[in-house]
Amino acid sequence: MSRYRQLSSLFRTHPTMVIGGLILFVAFSAALLAPWLGTVDPLQIEPMKRLRPPSVSNWFGTDIFGRDVWSRVIYGGRVSLIVGAAVAVISMGVGLAIGLVSGYLRRVDRIVMRLMDAMMAIPAILLAIALMAITKPSVGNVIIAISIAEIPRVVRLARSMVLSLREEVYVQAAITTGARLPSILLRHILPNMTAPLMVQGTYIFAAAIIIEAALSFLGAGTPAEVPSWGNIIAEGRNLFLLATWIVLIPGLFLSITVLSINLVGDGLRDLLDPRFAKRI
Amino acid sequence: MKTKAEYALEVEDLSIRFPVLQSSVHAVDSLSFKVARGEVLGVVGESGCGKSVTALGIMRLLKSPPAHIVARSVRVMGRELSTLSEDSMRLVRGNDVAMIFQEPMSSLNPVLTIGEQIAETLTTHRGMSWRMSLARAVELLSLVRIPDARQRIDEYPHQLSGGMRQRVMIAMALACEPKLLIADEPTTALDVTTQAQIIRLLQELQQRFGMAVVLITHDLGVVGQMAHRVVVMYAGCKVEEGPIQEIFAAPRHPYTVGLMRSRPRLGSSVNGLRRDRLLELPGHVPTLAELSSQGCLFAPRCVLATDKCRNETPPLLGRDSNHVAACWRSDDLGSLLKPLSI
Repeated sequence: MSRYRQLSSLFRTHPTMVIGGLILFVAFSAALLAPWLGTVDPLQIEPMKRLRPPSVSNWFGTDIFGRDVWSRVIYGGRVSLIVGAAVAVISMGVGLAIGLVSGYLRRVDRIVMRLMDAMMAIPAILLAIALMAITKPSVGNVIIAISIAEIPRVVRLARSMVLSLREEVYVQAAITTGARLPSILLRHILPNMTAPLMVQGTYIFAAAIIIEAALSFLGAGTPAEVPSWGNIIAEGRNLFLLATWIVLIPGLFLSITVLSINLVGDGLRDLLDPRFAKRI
Repeated sequence: MKTKAEYALEVEDLSIRFPVLQSSVHAVDSLSFKVARGEVLGVVGESGCGKSVTALGIMRLLKSPPAHIVARSVRVMGRELSTLSEDSMRLVRGNDVAMIFQEPMSSLNPVLTIGEQIAETLTTHRGMSWRMSLARAVELLSLVRIPDARQRIDEYPHQLSGGMRQRVMIAMALACEPKLLIADEPTTALDVTTQAQIIRLLQELQQRFGMAVVLITHDLGVVGQMAHRVVVMYAGCKVEEGPIQEIFAAPRHPYTVGLMRSRPRLGSSVNGLRRDRLLELPGHVPTLAELSSQGCLFAPRCVLATDKCRNETPPLLGRDSNHVAACWRSDDLGSLLKPLSI
């Protein structure tokens, strides 16, 4: 009962966050429960049923090979969410480690930050395309490529926070008690960074989903046989006038998912740091 | 650390400079002082006279660059600190020398419980297990008179008042029973009644552990209550040093006199009318860049200044080595300024 009350009061103060969270919850559940949601094998080709408009048997119609678009979109959600979550975790983990050390040890900082500046000078999507060009297309490689492209953003954020936190009296006080460097970084500085990092994490999650879709759309992402949202849109592009649903449905899923993640991110930001809260 | 050193802290010719554009300024200029074991040394002076920088310099907490620290010697319990590696220095901090800061509001980490913060010092220096360290933290909290220490240990700093937090800081500082405690304005941010409690607590613990204390403050009342000896600093230099009674009874530097005169005294106003005006020192502390290399640094603000004062730097001299002052006119001070009641 108190859980329910908490949620309803959260809904009153941060309605967009709750809505975003619910959509995201539905998206995750759908991806998880894909086989039980009236789907068929997303790769099953049925030439007799090609380019059928939405109907009772094929809720979102079929594509040029007669594959069920509903099944492909739901299974595609798995790919998108896995890529998004994995990129968020990897780029945050690596970026945080680099940022912590770089913000605290000035000698490391000079070299690392110039490297990061150089990476930031290249648009994330171009960097990801370039990285994909030198490897085989696979979901794993897509995750690594997008993570590398996102790392500099995390490093910059983490480093700037370390630079201000290291001057806090309590960090100085920890040094006067003889605390070791790992303890200063991980126990005294890191926990004070969680709020902005969580928010940044959600934004990276959303950005990674978009970049993955864009990479797949450009043919530089997940292999063509993997039903990702970007691939489905790419395949439907030539048939847009004949079968709008092939492009529209996954596009809609993509935008709504990204929107919901960003809503959660904005909500978290306002919730965790009320100073920046903007009333809508 | 088993050597029987006579002094807990010996500082010889400590100079700290900061680069400013092309030149550099002296925040501390060849400062020397000693603190005997179990002695409380008060370091007083206006804001910006180099008290805190001295403390940070001794602890080697100033980032270098920008700070440029030179010292002939900084010894704690006879052990030279200025040549120690950063790693050995880390073992000294918290174990041999501990420090308390001015702002109890910001000197505790908001995301760690106070128990965790005290226990960490013990696990670092004493290699104690986490469980034992926490048990010891409870003892330390009761030692600094925090009621319900067992419950308090799991609380976060925001749940404590300023005075309580300063007690926690003291408990942290005392965790490894250091031989030297540097207290940088430990009571400045507290209200007056809490100040008195903290000073009494510090005094009691100092006697109990036989620690030497460097008490940095601009509050002569605090110094008067606790210190055995006093160093008066002005613009990065020591201008007077002596036993507390002598400094209060017969100051030998006009700056010390000025400091004491600018304290409000009880009974100095009757029915809202001031019997004697609160005196202030004319002028302001020169910014470090303004310091001239010639003559007495205090001369521009001194009512007694003569041409000699403006041209020649006075040495630290006194009738005996116990009580010294850097003033050409120490001997004329008594006749020129009316005796002061403290």
